[in-house]
Formats: sequence, C-alpha cells, structure tokens
Amino acid sequence: MSNAVIRKTLVSLAVAGAVTVAQADVVIGVAGPHTGAYAAFGAQLWNGASAAAQAINDAGGIDGEMIKLVKADDACEPKQAVSVANRLVDSDEAIAVVGHFCSSSSIPASNIYEEAGVLQVTPASTNPGFTDRGLPNVFRVCGRDDQQGDVAASYIVDTLAAKRVAVIHDKDTYGKGLADAMKKTLNSYGVKEVLYEGLTRGEKDFNALVTKIRSVDADVVYFGGLHSEAGPLVRQLREQGSKAVFISGDGIVSDEFVSVAGSPKYVDGVLMTFGADPTSYAAGKSVVEKFRAEGIEPEGYVMYSYAAMQVVAEALKQTDLDPVKAADWLHGNKVETVMGTKSFDEKGDLLVSDYVMYEWDDKGKYSMLDM
Amino acid sequence: MDIILQQLVNGLSLGSVYGLIAIGYTMVYGIIGMINFAHGDVYMVSAYVTAIAIALLSFFGIESFPVVILGTLIFTIFVTGVYGWVIERVAYRPLRGSSRLSILISAIGMSLILQNYVQLSQGAKQQGVPTLLSGAIRFEVGDGFVQLTYMKLFILCASFIGMGVLTYIIQKTKLGRMCRATQQDPKMASILGIDTDKIISTVFVIGATMAALAGVLVTLDYGGFDFYVGFIIGIKAFTAAVLGGIGSLPGAMLGGIILGLSEALFAGLISSDYKDVFSFSLLVIILIFRPSGLLGKPEVEKV
Repeated sequence: MSNAVIRKTLVSLAVAGAVTVAQADVVIGVAGPHTGAYAAFGAQLWNGASAAAQAINDAGGIDGEMIKLVKADDACEPKQAVSVANRLVDSDEAIAVVGHFCSSSSIPASNIYEEAGVLQVTPASTNPGFTDRGLPNVFRVCGRDDQQGDVAASYIVDTLAAKRVAVIHDKDTYGKGLADAMKKTLNSYGVKEVLYEGLTRGEKDFNALVTKIRSVDADVVYFGGLHSEAGPLVRQLREQGSKAVFISGDGIVSDEFVSVAGSPKYVDGVLMTFGADPTSYAAGKSVVEKFRAEGIEPEGYVMYSYAAMQVVAEALKQTDLDPVKAADWLHGNKVETVMGTKSFDEKGDLLVSDYVMYEWDDKGKYSMLDM
Repeated sequence: MDIILQQLVNGLSLGSVYGLIAIGYTMVYGIIGMINFAHGDVYMVSAYVTAIAIALLSFFGIESFPVVILGTLIFTIFVTGVYGWVIERVAYRPLRGSSRLSILISAIGMSLILQNYVQLSQGAKQQGVPTLLSGAIRFEVGDGFVQLTYMKLFILCASFIGMGVLTYIIQKTKLGRMCRATQQDPKMASILGIDTDKIISTVFVIGATMAALAGVLVTLDYGGFDFYVGFIIGIKAFTAAVLGGIGSLPGAMLGGIILGLSEALFAGLISSDYKDVFSFSLLVIILIFRPSGLLGKPEVEKV
C-alpha cells in the first residue's frame, strides 16, 4: 500500500470514527499569512472564514457536527506553507482547508493535501498553475489570471463589436500571459488581431509603436502589462490622435496609472478587467451589514473567504464529511454563497469567473460597468 | 508614406534626447578616459528635480508656460549641476591616479547610491508631472497625416540649441580651450598654468547640465518617472556615445540621432519586440568596421 493510500485510509478511518463518536468536531484549517508582510490579508481570510463558520455552527453545523477552525500560518512562504500543511494534516487532522492566500504557497501545499485526501478551497490564489496540474482536490472561488483575458475578449467582440484589435504586451510572465490568453479567446471568436507586439519595460517612449498602431488602423488596443508602461502608452496614443479603445487587466488598477499618464484626461474611457466588488452581490447583503455592524469592513478577500468556507461546508454536508467525495461532488454541483452561485469545472476553477469591466473616467477614478 | 515620415519624426525626437545625455558620457571620457556610470542616475535625479520645480512654481501661483519652463530649466540645471560636481568630488577626485578599476567601481557605487537614496527619500512609486503644453502641428501627407506635438518641437529646438551652445563654448571660448588642452595632455596643461582639477570638475558639471536639460524635456513630455528611469536611457545614451565615437562631441549627437532613428524605424516597420536587438547588433557591426566609432579618432599610444 502506498503512503498516500495509507493516509487516505487513516483519514477516512478518523472521519468514520468522528461520525460514530458524534462528539468530535469537524476540523477545518484556515491557512494564510497570519504573520509577516502580508498579515493584513491573513486577517481578512480569518475574518471571513470564522464569520462563515460561526454562521454555519449557529444554524446547526454540518450534519450536527460543529466546525472547529485551526489557524495555520504560512507567512506567504512556500517552505513554511508545506510544513503547516503537514501539521494540519497530521496532528490537527483537518479534513478541509480554506487557503492559502499566495499562489506560491497554495501550489506546494496542495500536493500535501492531495496525498492526504484533504479538500482545499482557496479564496485568493489566481495563478493558473494552481489548478492546471490536474489535482482532484483543489478549488478556488476567485478568478484565474487568464480568465481576465477571456472576459476582455468577449467584451471586445460582443459589446464593442471591434474588428481591428491590436494586442500589445510587456514581454513579462504576467503581461504576456494575459495578452496571450486574450488573443486565444479572441481568435476563437473568429477575430484575428491586426498587430501583436511586445514593448520594453522601463522605457517611456512608445511613439514608434503608437505610429504602427495608427498605421494598422486599430479600433481596440489591448495591453497586457502594468501601469508604468500603460500610462505613457495610452498618453502617446491619444497625443498621436488615435481614438482606439484602450483595454488592460488588473495590472493597471492603481492611482499611479493616472499620475504616470500625466493627466486624468488621458485615462478617460480606458477599460480594465478586475474582480467584481465582492460586497455588491445581493446574496451577501445581510452578511456585509453584519460585518459592518461588528466594525469589520468586508474589504479585499473577506467575502471571498466567507464564500470559500460556505463551499467547503456545503460539499462536506452533501457527502457525509468525506473530503474526497466532497471534492468529487463539487465538480458537478452548484453552491450558493454570499458571492452568488458558484460552480466549478473539472479542474476546480470557477465556470463563470467574477471578472468584470471597469471604466476610468476623466477624474482619474474607475467604476464598474453594467454588463 | 505618412507612416515612414512619422517614424522619422519619432526617431529624431528620441535621438536628440539620447544625444543630449550622450554628451555627458563623451565629455567625461574625453577628459579623463573613464566612463561615468552614474550619469544615467544624474538624469534620473533631474526628473525628480523637475517635478519639485514645477510644484514650487505652481505653489507660488506661476502658471504661464514660458515662465514655468524657464524657471524649471534654470532650477533643475543648477541643482543637477551641483550633483555632477559632488559626484566628481566624492567618487573621482580622491581616486585620481589610482587604477582605472577602482574608479570604475566607485562610479558604479555612486550610481547605486543615487538610485537607493532617491528610492528611500521619494518612495518607489511611479511619479508624474501634469501636461503643460499640449497640441500639435499636423501635415497632411497622402491619405494620412504626420504630426509633431508642440512638446516634441520644443524638445528638438531646445536640444539643438543646447548642443550648439556647448559646441560654441568648447570651440571658441577660453574655457573650451582649457578643456581641450586638458584632454590632450593633462600634465602639460597643468605645467602651463591650467588648473586641471577645476577643468575636470567643470566637465562633470557640463555633462550633468546636459543630462538635466534632457531630464526636464523628457519628463515634461512623457509625464511619468521613477527612481529606475535612468538605467535604460543611460545605457542607450552610452551606446549612442560609443556609436558616434566616444570622446567626440559631434559624435555623441550623431550617435544619438542614428540610434533614435534606427530604433523608431525598426520598431515601426519590422518589430518592436526586437528593436533593442537590432540597435545593439548595429553597434557591434559598426564597431567591427570602425573600432573607435563613427567620428572617433583612433587612440594613439603616447610614448
């Protein structure tokens, strides 16, 4: 018998024991950077997950079993993530984990959970590599970096009905990855880009590239990259008289985008994809109010963690607290959460990502577009 | 057709900026035979000083473009000139006469000091200055148009005036004669009564003022800058200086223009992914056939 099978058997024995004894709690780990530079995110994770667990326990727990949360601190370091994952699995006997926060922690830790047959739902790790390795036990309630590209491509084709799209990237892992994902979806809709080029990070003069964009008569410019290059690029585009719609991803969601562009008038009308405001869902209205009444602002990943805990609890409830079966169940079923209905594909990614379009205005602020 | 003309305009304005910064490299090399590796960072400092100058002027309610640009130029050139002088005093003069390697390292150290000092004192964030001069001249060409923004026109004029004034100083004035004498033979020049230390300081200051001129122009044109902005443009300007023949003043300008044009034309007509590959290959090819650069004179070993 392999190590993994022994572990799985042990876990199922432990779980079976828990069910028969009926007094033991359901142990769920909340793994993330509870200390260190990213501790603020760890606090968001804990606030969301513990509020959800409290609400579920108040409503009778999972099949009468109370949820007991265990804080697991990875400090956003891959090595520490692996060691806390081992601890969660071996000594705490957790059957599910909400976390981790950083992709660089979630990915190595997920191997430990897979061996032990533990369900892992991350509220925040967006790197495609988390789910792309084909592990059966990993899920996320946030978007993937490449789903942004899909949302942008659909918007370009459906809403803007653009025919001539120029795709520009900054030759970097994030920027080129995003641009390539957008290009792939765009091509699948039958729209071929009229220009595909990379620019050099750190430079400020993109006039030659802008003239080229002008020469191909693009009506949409999609940029995969960060605000430090997007700012000068959009400014020089406007200065050369191009009216092409400028679209980018969450790499430009920063006030610095406006200051680098030189003036809010240059960013007016720039579109970007970014996660939907998690407090805007109707399903989460009462939870948001409850948080605010307790003096906790449901910012950042608080609501994501709440939703992740709901996903874990619902799956465990449907499968008699068997995490392996729960993972299987999640691949084919929907879960109602405070962030709307979530359903997952065979890899564990959201079927419908929550990326939406935002638009910058002439005052240098951005707001969500109705879609 | 309009696209090629537009790329020529783009290349010319980019190249004139490279040329201005290249002057700093070429003059320092000409007089002490060393590369000033902190020069790109002097340019970076001038971008910050420009923003401070504009903020100060607007604090005093001065808004009109000619006054703002003149005030900013004077303030930035003065402050940056002081930086150039300090760099020479701190990183070069104490090491005069020691091995070339020590001076090289101290120059690189100076560059790191400037970068980190600016990052710590101003933050690592991207900064920006507002647009002061907008609008453009357009020429109809065939179906399309070629345009030159007023800011680009201003950059071209200002950099050619700057280069012209500098050429005049070096060729026609007493200070220029002393510079050329020191460049030719420092020992002989000092025997004949020239304070060579002072001349070397002056050359550093002149290089810094040219970088400051470029810093003001580029910052006003592109808006954004950060503590790292001197690195890439410094490398490009250094390349321009070598291309034109390091040590030669007209060479620096020619090298800058050639580099700017080749980048713009290659990016515009072939691919912007590979424009840097192209420019640096061009440099290698030129150096194979003319090892001392386009306008450089081969160094004669003095016996």
